[in-house]
Amino acid sequence: MSGLFQEAILISIFAATLRTMTPLLFSAMGELVTQRAGIWNMGVEGTMLMGSFIAYFVATSTGSLWLAVLAAILAGAVMGLIIAFMTATMRVDHFVTGLGLNLFAGGITLYWFQSYVRGGPQPSFAGFEDVPLPFLSDIPFIGPVLFSQRLLTYAALFIVPAIWFLLYRTRYGLELRCLGENPKALDVKGLSVPVRQYGAVMFGSAMTGLGGGFLMLAFSDRFIADFSAGRGWIVVVALIAGNWKPKGVLMAVVAFALLEAIATHAQVVGVGVPRQLLLALPYLASIILLMGVRFRTGQPAMLGFPYSRE
Amino acid sequence: MSLLPSIKEPTPANARKAGTEETPLALRVEGLTKRFAGVTANDGVDFELEVGEIHCLFGENGAGKSTLSACIFGFCTPDAGQIVVRGQPVEMHSPRDAIKLGIGMVHQHFVLVPEFTVLENIIVGTQKSGWRLDDRAARQKLKSLCDAYGIEIDLDAYVWELAVGRQQWVEILKALYLDVQILILDEPTAVLTPDESARLFAIMRKMCANGMSIILITHKVAEVMQSNRVTVLRKGKAVATVQTKDTSPEELARLMVGREVSFSVNKSTVAPGDTVLEVSGLGARGYWNEAVLNQVSLSIARHEILGIAGVAGNGQKELFEVLSGVRWSREGTIRLNGEDVSRLTPRAMMDRGVGHIPDDRFREGLVGPFSIAENLILGWQRNAKYRSGLFLDRGKIAALSKTMMARYQIAARDDEVPVENLSGGNAQKVILAREFLHSSGLLLANQPTRGLDIGVIEYVYAQLLQKREEGFAILLASEELSDLFNLADRIAVMFKGEIVGVVDPKTATVEEVGMLMAGRRMEAGR
Repeated sequence: MSGLFQEAILISIFAATLRTMTPLLFSAMGELVTQRAGIWNMGVEGTMLMGSFIAYFVATSTGSLWLAVLAAILAGAVMGLIIAFMTATMRVDHFVTGLGLNLFAGGITLYWFQSYVRGGPQPSFAGFEDVPLPFLSDIPFIGPVLFSQRLLTYAALFIVPAIWFLLYRTRYGLELRCLGENPKALDVKGLSVPVRQYGAVMFGSAMTGLGGGFLMLAFSDRFIADFSAGRGWIVVVALIAGNWKPKGVLMAVVAFALLEAIATHAQVVGVGVPRQLLLALPYLASIILLMGVRFRTGQPAMLGFPYSRE
Repeated sequence: MSLLPSIKEPTPANARKAGTEETPLALRVEGLTKRFAGVTANDGVDFELEVGEIHCLFGENGAGKSTLSACIFGFCTPDAGQIVVRGQPVEMHSPRDAIKLGIGMVHQHFVLVPEFTVLENIIVGTQKSGWRLDDRAARQKLKSLCDAYGIEIDLDAYVWELAVGRQQWVEILKALYLDVQILILDEPTAVLTPDESARLFAIMRKMCANGMSIILITHKVAEVMQSNRVTVLRKGKAVATVQTKDTSPEELARLMVGREVSFSVNKSTVAPGDTVLEVSGLGARGYWNEAVLNQVSLSIARHEILGIAGVAGNGQKELFEVLSGVRWSREGTIRLNGEDVSRLTPRAMMDRGVGHIPDDRFREGLVGPFSIAENLILGWQRNAKYRSGLFLDRGKIAALSKTMMARYQIAARDDEVPVENLSGGNAQKVILAREFLHSSGLLLANQPTRGLDIGVIEYVYAQLLQKREEGFAILLASEELSDLFNLADRIAVMFKGEIVGVVDPKTATVEEVGMLMAGRRMEAGR
């Protein structure tokens, strides 16, 4: 293989990594906020799927991609509202709530999809294009990797420091982290625990909805059943692997995205490994990673425990 | 007094002082009634708190102390009656309302975030900083509070780094930072050494001198005697309010229980027999590989009770876990009747007649949803006594539980009742029954009287002393020094995983033990 070809492949892999990690990053940062607030949201997959479907529906019926993004965010927030009602108000087990919601989302999106298509030809749309930044995208190697991406990918890179600032440098962030560690400490100061948990879950789920929307609008032109294909679960794993810290979660997400990019490129280049095995790489990696992560020092102490005064 | 100049300016207390003539009471509770699912926790309770007094709420578990304080702190809303704060009738729906009225509370189980620093714990939820965290004002205010009350604490230390006793100062600072006028302290000395308790009382008196009023919830008679007034609660009713100087510990105990209580313990003078347990150079490590036990050596003979004193978290729990086989030691040997048992499993220890009464009775001693009968054979279910072939022999188990419930006076409808529905005292009796029945020779009792009422404590004392008479060797840890002075033949004091001294309860004083608990070693040659 020539050096030029190798460089082209590398550029393509890294660019794909950034593109692939965009939806994961939106979702992971949102769920980081949710989990730091003590809600162990297992409904990420379903929320992401819902975001994808709603984005598809709005994009094909209105033709506006940005309207589709907005709709995906709203759909996520609504899913978050349901999760918050179940966990913070009804104090249902967090796992059961999330798993139930995943089943619900899988069923309802398929039902809506089939009623929308009605056996006819499936509507499709033209997704987001790359937006190369002037001058920056001309830098060799770095330009095509970093500065020739979709607009939302640029936004996703900003979200990590923004979430870090929110969690560690604002009063709201301190209260949020307190919710996950010991919600009673807020309750005894007269602050409502459920109100803050609603906020955190709805924000997190809206971000996951956005991730699902981006997945649809940047990677595809139509919806298929189980479109999100386990990416929500990757997000859950990334939180654990990233030890519930923004930087750690970012690194976990990058690792998964890189593996996925390598897997897809390996098919193109023609590595003698079955395609299915290559595509399973990120999921295999997540299992191996979780076996390696034994100390969960960053796990919020009250993560997953419904709060009640006594 | 110019003692506390830095406090006087920021607190609104002094502004209100002009009005103290018309409203001499900081707080008045009139006919407060609170029911939970048919149980009347508070029944027409009247209570008064004067400005600048320490007023004790004294009573057994379930007498209604916690419910009353929860109502005063806005945690629950009374069904009847009213709360009057500085002459104004108020309705409180959440702690937020209470805090606005200047009422603060230090909870029995600290409400702290271990992962936060001291400062973060104090400012979280106070909403005094802007949207961006700004702690400069808070630092300044806390520094002057610390100076004024003589509290030494590093504001930037993480709470998990602090010893339990120091965490109490964080709770106190949380309340002071909110400018409270009325402070409720719920069993504040449970985790303090005698020395720290004394300092806490000194701080409380400074608070009162500064115009604050304190409600002190306790069941320790010695602490009640340091208050100004006492209100005794019994079965949800306020049975008496007395000036502390006009009463005596005996009278208070009688008021609390409703009958005469004997504090004296009849301990026979049996000479210790052969050595049962011999431990030497024991060392163990915790989850983070930190040393939790270090060079622990002790021995107990037949007819002997060895007491273990120490503030909670100084290795007592780990010692009991190692001795019962639940936790493995890294170093040292354990000999039981001469046999090396250092590497035996809990089951092998049980087979050798070791009984274990763990400190957390509901988490480690019992299975909450299981019935009394099932809990009585817990750990012995494989024993042929309770089996017929592959199956549990229900008949034999029922016969056993009937006998045990009668012998140990376990108050329950029948042996099918889940133990989680039992009171702490009855639950403890289930554990006592099981361990006494199955053990022979060695009994490990960790905090057997924790949280129990005086009546039940008397009972546990009698049972332990009877076992001593029968020839058991008993290791008894307690945070209540009175337990140890009453029962033990020798008292070993633990500090940071080590035994820092062994004293004879007949000659030692509480102060001496207290010094050892705070980590001051015995001088050589003593």
